[in-house]
Amino acid sequence: MNVAVCVKQIPDSEPPALDPQHHTLVRDGKLVMDESDSFGVEMGLQLVEAAGGGEVVLVSMAPCGETRGLRTALATGAAKAILVSDPVLAGSDALGTAKVLAAVIRRLGPDLVLAGTESTDGYTGTTPVQVAELLGWPSVSFARHVEISHRALRVKRQTETGYEEVTCPLPAVVTVTAGVVEPRYPSFKGLAAAKSKPVEELTVVELGLDPSQVGFSGARQQVISVRAVKAREAGEIVVDAGEAHERVISFLEQLKIL
Amino acid sequence: MDKTWVLAEQRDGTPAGIVLELVTAARGFGSVVEAVTWGPGGAGAAAVLGRYGVTKLYNLGDIGESLPGPKVAAAIAAQLAAESRPDAILIGATHDGRDIAARLSARLDLPVLANVVGMDASGGRLTSEHSIFGGSTVVRAEFTGAVPGLFIVQAKSFAAEAAEAAEQRSLEIVEVEVPDTGPSDAARVVTRHEEEHSGPKLDEATVVVSGGRGLGSPGNYALITELAQLLNGAPGASRAVVDAGWAPYAFQVGQTGKTVKPVVYIACGISGATLHVVGMRAAQYIIAVNKDREAPIFAIADLGVVGDVTKVIPRLIEAIRARR
Repeated sequence: MNVAVCVKQIPDSEPPALDPQHHTLVRDGKLVMDESDSFGVEMGLQLVEAAGGGEVVLVSMAPCGETRGLRTALATGAAKAILVSDPVLAGSDALGTAKVLAAVIRRLGPDLVLAGTESTDGYTGTTPVQVAELLGWPSVSFARHVEISHRALRVKRQTETGYEEVTCPLPAVVTVTAGVVEPRYPSFKGLAAAKSKPVEELTVVELGLDPSQVGFSGARQQVISVRAVKAREAGEIVVDAGEAHERVISFLEQLKIL
Repeated sequence: MDKTWVLAEQRDGTPAGIVLELVTAARGFGSVVEAVTWGPGGAGAAAVLGRYGVTKLYNLGDIGESLPGPKVAAAIAAQLAAESRPDAILIGATHDGRDIAARLSARLDLPVLANVVGMDASGGRLTSEHSIFGGSTVVRAEFTGAVPGLFIVQAKSFAAEAAEAAEQRSLEIVEVEVPDTGPSDAARVVTRHEEEHSGPKLDEATVVVSGGRGLGSPGNYALITELAQLLNGAPGASRAVVDAGWAPYAFQVGQTGKTVKPVVYIACGISGATLHVVGMRAAQYIIAVNKDREAPIFAIADLGVVGDVTKVIPRLIEAIRARR
């Protein structure tokens, strides 16, 4: 049972910054692993443990050769990482990213691909299913419970009003919701081991992709303008000393809710 | 703008709320509006879609136990090859909508613009608005390549309004065959479970009472449902509380949950993280109760109560009860 987990390294800066020319997020500073990817990593580790063999491989891409975020996931038990690192990737959109990840996954040939439902910085939320379509694989999005038996997935898929039980043969792509499993913390031994685990770096050309398919040229979209929105303003503050609920009631009366 | 397609997710002939919002927006582009639907009852959605100005409905019919993504994307791609392409395809940001958009994007090799909160087609130039950094900034974007532009639109970005009687046309239904989708369509839905509750729907309620981690323990979530019920509102929850299993996902408000626009939003024990605020900042009035005077929710609340929710809310419930 080999599982590829897509992980994204995102800017650690607060507040996030926009590049003045392209209005895209600045990604050349410090990058950390997106916390929402820790659930996919943990799910991968648990499925491999349950299968009694195999490994978790991390798949990631970044315009720079940052690996700090990947080491975090390697420390929790992933066997190795493949990082597609290339300056031509700057400005890539979700589809460009999916083309890169799909090319790596084609090389790896895993039984299962796991990813978060959306990243915390861009939250387009389409990349994993775009990967599935490029590979010609089935996908189950918004999984809140995943089991595998007899080379088939059994997934509880979150819907807007409840959930669906879905079965799906392997290989497949699954996106997991936050909270699907409790991510483990890396042990000291794990942190030490992570330093020597292999991180293979590939360029876009080495993957056999045409650089015009990725980056700004592949994105075929542009930001025309950026403007600040007038923020809501703070209103009245009441410090509760036992009767603050009365002010809530009079407020609701003014609005004719009560 | 000659033609816009809208993805018409429906159940038993009733289109999802977002569909009518998208059709209204597309009508505003001054273009012909056509819709694509699937599943049992698809043809039943024709009457209401016609009232909103849709002139043609492509109906895939029942897709059995398949998840919609592969089949709907394949059928749309086949239909696009057979006729003049629309300028845009508008897709609601639902779970199935995102799957369909993703597969369609990869199949057609066209990019998507997601998290759209506004659109404009003046001067024949179609642009979309995206709210970022917790709603403090709006960016305007456009596609630079081939049509159709694929847009994934957030709920409540547009108000749904039926077309004027003069604009309503008889709607033509075109039955569409779903091409073979191969292994990509191998997932099967075995059973469907609903977690519906009584009272108004979260995204339609006049009052929303939401609970966060400040409630302290799972049992205290009952305070939220009780207050919501007393105010004829709907209970909501922050992601932290849903992840912890205190409330079902269907109650989640925020980036990965529902977008709500009630008259009053009562945030109880919610700090006001960006990912929550984007789902409720359009409320007409916000009341916040939180122990921490420095919580960011107070920066946007019209009435802020600095206090312990587990003390303030029970007293509020008791006082409202006493009025009846």
